[in-house]
Amino acid sequence: MIAKLGGFTIFLLQELSSVVGMVTETVSEIADRLKTRRSPLRLEHLFYQCDRVGVGSVPMVLLISVFIGLTMALLTGYQLQRFGIVTLVPAIVSVSFTREMGPLFTGIVLASRIGAAYTAELGAMTAGGEVDAIEGMGIGALRYLVTPRFLAIFCLTPCLTVISIISGIVGGAFISSLLLQISYGFFYDQVMTGLLVKDVVAGIVKSFLFGAIIGGIACYKGLSVRGGAVGVGIATTSSVVTTISTVIACDSLCNIFIVTFFP
Amino acid sequence: MKTLPDTLVKLLGLKLQFADKVILDGVDLSVQKEETLVIMGMSGGGKSTLISILMGLLKANAGSACFKDQDITRLSRPKLNEVRTHIGMVYQNAALISSMTVRENIGLPLQELSDKNEKEIGAIIDQKLELVDLKDAGDKLPSELSGGMQKRVGLARALALEPELVLFDEPSAGLDPINSRLIDDLIIQLREKHKVTSIVVTHEMDSAFAVATRMAFLHEGKIILEGTPDEFRHSDQPIVREFLSTYSAHEKATG
Repeated sequence: MIAKLGGFTIFLLQELSSVVGMVTETVSEIADRLKTRRSPLRLEHLFYQCDRVGVGSVPMVLLISVFIGLTMALLTGYQLQRFGIVTLVPAIVSVSFTREMGPLFTGIVLASRIGAAYTAELGAMTAGGEVDAIEGMGIGALRYLVTPRFLAIFCLTPCLTVISIISGIVGGAFISSLLLQISYGFFYDQVMTGLLVKDVVAGIVKSFLFGAIIGGIACYKGLSVRGGAVGVGIATTSSVVTTISTVIACDSLCNIFIVTFFP
Repeated sequence: MKTLPDTLVKLLGLKLQFADKVILDGVDLSVQKEETLVIMGMSGGGKSTLISILMGLLKANAGSACFKDQDITRLSRPKLNEVRTHIGMVYQNAALISSMTVRENIGLPLQELSDKNEKEIGAIIDQKLELVDLKDAGDKLPSELSGGMQKRVGLARALALEPELVLFDEPSAGLDPINSRLIDDLIIQLREKHKVTSIVVTHEMDSAFAVATRMAFLHEGKIILEGTPDEFRHSDQPIVREFLSTYSAHEKATG
């Protein structure tokens, strides 16, 4: 048992060092490129990836967040009604969505929607020799393939998180008005009073971190594919499982850190 | 007095081992400018590995692989990328970017590595497409092309930056005789018209003797024979003779 745990820890550390190694190598390729006064990436590639990650994910993030906000307000409201403190619902929904639910659900949506796509396409390119061909031309495969994908998810996870937070709160306000007799005006006032700047900062910082985790792991898994089509399938499954687990674990660690150092 | 052309590639004591399997066991080989060196050997004998080391895609355990006096095995990444722009490679499976059209594939190294504008890039793409006789295939995706056409696009892409050296990994593998001949003619044309040096890795004897100005035989990780095609034909090395006799028997059988 202990040996298995030790082996798993070593495996985790090796994977982590490989992902960090890939990101470091990508940064070094970008720096080399800048030294020769060339653009490190083509803007059309970045815009294409931003469109996929950002615009393409808005409907799913919005829909999931509205329903979760709605359910959360409803269930919390019914419990709090028994104690006569249903007026706390707006603050509870807004704070939990801003600090926790928004970044976490956006992370999970992006890990399954975009992380899987990154791994599958880079995996297919690796298996088909396309990555080696790009490297062999002297273009720098990591810079060319990883940079636009990583930047897009890193920059757009916070944007989608903001959309998720707003949608969740709107969903909560809608059900509160419909079933808990809390007016929109009162809900808005309570949100403004209950939410602190540090809640917003904590949510946004976490979302940047989640974006980096998803982008890094998904690209790494894709570029380390072995074994053709089956290998691509295995890597994609592993990518989704790893990114979602890592995002949730990282979320917990962030919460412990924030509560301990910024109470 | 006739002098030898300059040496473009020099491999010295190149060794590579995966776990306990020795792939290359001290390969010494040199390639002169404007020649076509064909490296032959058994399947899985390390021929493709050898050119992957030359491209810097694999790291050798020992020895050196010099391109114009620069040891590829010891170059920093920026320097290696700079050297790679002087070397083109045609892969066994063509390795075209599947999401890009033929024109985009050929234009990729030009857009990423040259200072040329779109108009100049377009003109070079047209010129390369004409060279490989695929003028009408520019807007097609690689999946819409036959194996032979994909290899020709791979060659056009490899030539986009006007390299001094082109590496061919099994250029005729899996092709019908007509397409195979077409690729052989292009390799010959490259040497004769464009003065490009080539290293061709193959175990297809027809192609090998058609394009080679010099040949080398890789066996058990070592170059056991190096010489002109005629010297190969008259070699007394048992493995080379066996290789050639199989070829001759096949040639007789197929007329």
